[in-house]
Amino acid sequence: MMSRRDFLKIGGSLLAGSLVGDHGMASAAKSFTGNPDRYGMLSDLTRCIGCRRCEAACNKANNLPEPKTSFEDESVFEEKRKPYVADVQAYTVVNRYYDSNGKPVYRKVQCMHCDEPACASACPVVAMKKSKEGPVIWNEDVCFGCRYCIVACPFHVPAYEYSNAFTPKVQKCFMCYHRISEGIVPACAEACPVEAITFGKRSELIKLAWTRILSEPDKYIDHVYGEHEAGGTGWLYISGVPFSQLDFPMDVGTTPYPEYTKDFLSMVGLTLISWPALFGGIYLMSNHRAENVQDEVVDSEKEEDKL
Amino acid sequence: MIKFPAWINEYIDWISDKLFMGLTIKEYMKRLLTPFNIIAGLIVFVGLYFLIQRYTQGLVAVTEASNELPWGLFLGIGLFTQVPYSSVGFVLGTAVYIFGLKKYHPVLKNAILLGFLGYFFAVVFILIDIGRPWRIYYPMVISFGTNSVLFLVAWHVALYNLVQALELAPPAFEWLGFKTLRRWAKIITLALVISGIMLSTLHQSALGAMFLLTPGKLHPLWYTSFLPWLFFVSCIPAGLAYLIVVSKLTQIFLKDKADSHYLKSLDNISLGLGKASALILITYVGLRLYSVAQENVWQYLNTPYGHWFFVEFSLFAILPFLFYYGVQRKNVGFVQLTALLTIFTIALNRVNTTLIAFNWQLPHHIYWKEGVVLIAVLTIQLLIYRWVVNRMPILREHPDYISEVHLPSAGTSVASKGS
Repeated sequence: MMSRRDFLKIGGSLLAGSLVGDHGMASAAKSFTGNPDRYGMLSDLTRCIGCRRCEAACNKANNLPEPKTSFEDESVFEEKRKPYVADVQAYTVVNRYYDSNGKPVYRKVQCMHCDEPACASACPVVAMKKSKEGPVIWNEDVCFGCRYCIVACPFHVPAYEYSNAFTPKVQKCFMCYHRISEGIVPACAEACPVEAITFGKRSELIKLAWTRILSEPDKYIDHVYGEHEAGGTGWLYISGVPFSQLDFPMDVGTTPYPEYTKDFLSMVGLTLISWPALFGGIYLMSNHRAENVQDEVVDSEKEEDKL
Repeated sequence: MIKFPAWINEYIDWISDKLFMGLTIKEYMKRLLTPFNIIAGLIVFVGLYFLIQRYTQGLVAVTEASNELPWGLFLGIGLFTQVPYSSVGFVLGTAVYIFGLKKYHPVLKNAILLGFLGYFFAVVFILIDIGRPWRIYYPMVISFGTNSVLFLVAWHVALYNLVQALELAPPAFEWLGFKTLRRWAKIITLALVISGIMLSTLHQSALGAMFLLTPGKLHPLWYTSFLPWLFFVSCIPAGLAYLIVVSKLTQIFLKDKADSHYLKSLDNISLGLGKASALILITYVGLRLYSVAQENVWQYLNTPYGHWFFVEFSLFAILPFLFYYGVQRKNVGFVQLTALLTIFTIALNRVNTTLIAFNWQLPHHIYWKEGVVLIAVLTIQLLIYRWVVNRMPILREHPDYISEVHLPSAGTSVASKGS
């Protein structure tokens, strides 16, 4: 329900987003520092063996419906799957690619948990939110299903339960927020038999990633995907194959997504304040002219000007 | 037979007089049986059947239900295309009330009605498209996503709906014969018009700003930091063209609901609106070119999407010259046809931005049932428009208030009447 603080927030954004300091929209994007201890995940694609045990663990930890074929079935690699599309009701999927020597390379796909998520800045009801702990979480109690988060996500991650008439949910990986809150490692990281998925503080994962790259420069390419992509993501990848060959979106840039709408939002307050003066002024001008003309005819014609 | 006391009978007579336009129920029903109404009824019937499916089985029953293209025709046309047309209410309100262009007074009420219905049905389409429509008021009272452009759109569309409903109140009260209420509604007109300008400029541009969040997904020829400006500038000729076309249609189909003053003034008004459209459209075309230069995306022009962009751009580029030609020749029919082409071109632009050029690297499908529901809801909108125009003094002046309008010679009679 609306508290006084919320009221001020709305007032601030509707009336003077650009003029009010802390709560205004304009300052929200650039002032992001995030929780320095926020968690992230590091996927090392040179280690992944495509066993799909992360998929199985994820399915169990999130009580998702049983898949059509078992998690040992390798035939799923014949197509490039997406998480939570049509009959693939999973928060994460592993897809197979081949490097130039014909050796298989596996890529795990799930929500990237951006530091400044496009989905969260799209959401008109703060259902999507970057949590203090790091996962981008979703609040079922306020979501009304506009799906702007799905439109906005540059990684094509969130999905909608279109076949649910009464309680449709937005579905995606939540980095096992329920487990993290209790101090337990996310299911996929726990299940991985080859330590291809590491859970930890994002700041330390970036150091770990670069340590691995620098200590074995021949094995890795010189890029931590997610360190700067879309302004930085919570999920990081290192790989021996260029990311562009693994269907990673390479057009997401390094600008945090909320920045794209910041300029527009900062115009809102100015417009709301200036327009009444501007158009009121013009009205007074045309009104004045009309009065002069009518003075010559009859005095009491104020009615007419109001029309 | 049940016998009612006399005062209840009076009420019933009054209500049926208002609803059935002075006819008996039997006569009224008989009049309804026209080929147009039967076809419209069938379309609405099928649409409502699909809507029941949508609300019982989920969106998958009537939409493509895609996670690549989550918004289909309902929002692509019902919201993003319909709202620019509906700018007509605020544009004409500004012209008449703020700039004092009394020449456009005869079409003002029609413009406000069209604007109101456009926004109202944009909300209807939102109610069809969002997953949990019973929560539509959440951005207003439950949870505030103040960093979201859509939050802004939600507030502004809601407020503007209210403003337009109030702007429409005078003719509604004239119809019902509520004189005091009408006077009150008239007093707040100026405040309403100015808040209408604020809300419209912001949310027309906000609809474009929503796609600022999708670089990479929206094709580079359509994605530009100018999107909010482009949406705003183009909404004005969209509204003007919409009014030109609807005015022509009222001249043909609703002639008996219009007074001679309205019918006589239409040609001149259409030429004036056409002239304004020519100037704004040529500016828009310039801005569009500027945006391509600014983003430096010329290399995409010679691709399939580039050719499609060229089609859209050429249509826009030709429109100002067609308007100019028609106005110069005082050829009203030509201006009306150009207005029709403008409506189509604006729709093409909005559909391109929201659907066709969106996620351009992925395949696109639209489920046919979406189209049926869209047409059915638009048919309901048309029927409501006709219902209102049949009853309220929209295309004519109410005899009691006619003296307020004819200026300035008739003005003296207002003064004498008032004193």
